[in-house]
Amino acid sequence: MSSTKFDNKVVQWVDDRLPIFSMLKHDAVDYPTPRNLNYWWNFGSLAGVMLVIMLLSGIILAMHYTPNVNLAFTSVERIMRDVNYGWLLRYLHMNGGTWFFICVYIHIFRGLYYGSYKAPRELLWWLGLVIYLVMMGTAFMGYCLPWGQLSYWGTTVITNLFTAIPVVGDSITTLLWGGFSVDNPTLNRFFSLHYLLPFVIFALVFLHLVALHTTKSNNPLGIDVKGPQDTIPFHPYYTIKDLLGVGVLMILYLGFVFFDPNFFAEPTNYVPANPLVTPPHIVPEWYFLPFYAILRSVPDKLGGVLAMFGAIIVFFFLPWIDSSKVRSATFRPIFKQVFWIFLIDCLILGYIGSQPPEGIMVPLGRIFSVVYFAFFPLLWVIGKVEKPRPLPNSIALPVLKAGQAGHAEKPLEKA
Amino acid sequence: MRKSLLLALMAGLVAAAVPAMANEGAEPAPQNWAFHGVFGQYDKAQLKRGFQVFREVCSNCHSMKLVAYRNLADLGFSDDEIKDIAAEKQTQDGPNDQGDMFQRPARPSDHIVPPFPNDQAARAGNNGALPPDLSLMTKARPGGADYVFALLTGFADAPAGVTVPDGMYYNPAFPGHQIAMPPPVADESVTYADGTKATKDQISRDVSAFLNWAAEPELDARHALGIKVMLFLFVLTAMIYAVKKKIWADVH
Ligand code: HEC
Ligand code: HEM
Repeated sequence: MSSTKFDNKVVQWVDDRLPIFSMLKHDAVDYPTPRNLNYWWNFGSLAGVMLVIMLLSGIILAMHYTPNVNLAFTSVERIMRDVNYGWLLRYLHMNGGTWFFICVYIHIFRGLYYGSYKAPRELLWWLGLVIYLVMMGTAFMGYCLPWGQLSYWGTTVITNLFTAIPVVGDSITTLLWGGFSVDNPTLNRFFSLHYLLPFVIFALVFLHLVALHTTKSNNPLGIDVKGPQDTIPFHPYYTIKDLLGVGVLMILYLGFVFFDPNFFAEPTNYVPANPLVTPPHIVPEWYFLPFYAILRSVPDKLGGVLAMFGAIIVFFFLPWIDSSKVRSATFRPIFKQVFWIFLIDCLILGYIGSQPPEGIMVPLGRIFSVVYFAFFPLLWVIGKVEKPRPLPNSIALPVLKAGQAGHAEKPLEKA
Repeated sequence: MRKSLLLALMAGLVAAAVPAMANEGAEPAPQNWAFHGVFGQYDKAQLKRGFQVFREVCSNCHSMKLVAYRNLADLGFSDDEIKDIAAEKQTQDGPNDQGDMFQRPARPSDHIVPPFPNDQAARAGNNGALPPDLSLMTKARPGGADYVFALLTGFADAPAGVTVPDGMYYNPAFPGHQIAMPPPVADESVTYADGTKATKDQISRDVSAFLNWAAEPELDARHALGIKVMLFLFVLTAMIYAVKKKIWADVH
């Protein structure tokens, strides 16, 4: 492995014994990357940045936080009021969850649009989905920690869902609660797991990257890299491009942290948990809302739970469901339109999930849930009937042509 | 940014859903607050007046447990003034060397002493209704300070056909429109030390601003630091953009 030679003697000495510098050079400097990646390819590295921010802010929060039903709420307020820059730490962590999910959602839909889940990247896709699942678990348990009204009631509603599972459901719920209702043992185990899972995510991200560097990046054309003319070294081209993305993300994220830190928060969670008073609307954090809408659209409890989990699990089967050999939606006229309909459907489901399940919201929820699930069989059919546009011969050709025609910047490849 | 978004949404919802809102509180009208907006900062004189209202009126029923007397330094009170304000209240301490609990005047390090020793006593003193702690009130209700202002100025005679039970008061700003709090402020309920005319509107405005400070005492520091961070990020990102363009020039 350590075939690279370094000028610096110390670096060379270390590298001969532990080839971290060779690895860095191989995977972060020379790493050949398709030359045509657009800005939608920034969101993986942005999610990584958010993960690091969550870990750091979380570890410091945990130094001041007290996982006890009588103290948790006040301990969070003490962080806000009495810890130096505690308000900043907490708002970074609270809004960080939101921006982490924004990055990951864009990242996932990017993969969907450009067919990045197709061979040979199936394992890469699955690892990503596992990361997403563990993230949802982490965020759900994190939301329990400040022990506000929605922390308590959100935890109660969601953990109760597990009772719908036949035979083992009640035992699972009792195990989650550590008793017979959401209480101090629940808070303690959630805190423990909330501390643990981000490190599991970190390890999964590492595997995700190993898989990525084995199959290499997909690209907006969705065609394979044919040779060196199709790629550029990761550094400096993509290091600087990723950095630009970080700058823009920080402007947005910190803009909310400093000027509207509770934009994504529910006022009710600033009321301390009270098991005797049920809040009028129990809503989960925004990133769960589409699934919450699906859950409530099925009249049967077990059916709702299955539909909710099914809505995520089905993504694991995409490599088989999608019958088209063409990756990028750019060359798939029908798929492209269905993709946008699916995306809009998810946003509408999110809105429905945020509303009380009354009146018009109930039938709307059902209709849009059906549309959600219809997407997947449709994907199979489209692959069979659609006539894709002709694919370019190589990545290098169109890019170089565009360059000669005097385009300074390749436009953001969107639709 | 939140306001304009919300406003647009509200306008639509209000137009579509007026009949459906009978049970919700009316949307509070947005007020002009000194602390709103990117450059917003608290008006110290207003917070001081608001504290006076809280101290003379609201604190007879409501606690504010998350705020300590020492925090009043933010409003511009001197150390001695804070000592005097704290010392007005007795708080329990102990045990002493004999093992007895004892009463002593509160100190700046104590949190604001609640009017009732526990929730049961608070209910017993208020016809069975619990006056909620006001430390986080503006963060814990949609509309924040606008809501508190609308609530304090919203008391009215019940419209024909609506009967309000004994001990309840009609207030369209409150969800359900009937609240167990008697109208706490009227013109001249306080006499301002700084000579400001104490209309009901003025008093309500001042105490709402004060409650916002109690809930978000970090706001001034947050806005000030935020502006610096944003300026830094704008310059940094512009520079990264320039470097990126230069590096990529030979690829296109
Ligand atoms: C006579 C006692 C009393 C005084 C004085 C009083 N309140 Fe209240 N307040 C109450 C009670 C009781 C409630 C609970 C009402 C209910 O739940 O119906 C309440 C509720 C509230 C609420 C919560 C409304 C909600 O959305 O749940 C706010 C805000 C409030 N008071 C503000 C104030 C302010 C500001 C003052 C001082 C100007 C004040 N109160 C003075 C008794 C009082
Ligand atoms: C995958 C990354 C993570 C996600 C998605 C996440 C998510 C969340 C969320 C949504 C909250 C509730 C915010 C609130 O309303 O206050 C929270 C709180 C908390 N998290 Fe995390 N978190 C992550 C990583 C971590 C890590 C690594 C730690 C430390 C070990 C940590 C420690 C805490 C603590 C102590 C709280 C309670 C304090 C508070 O409510 O602000 N988190 N987390």
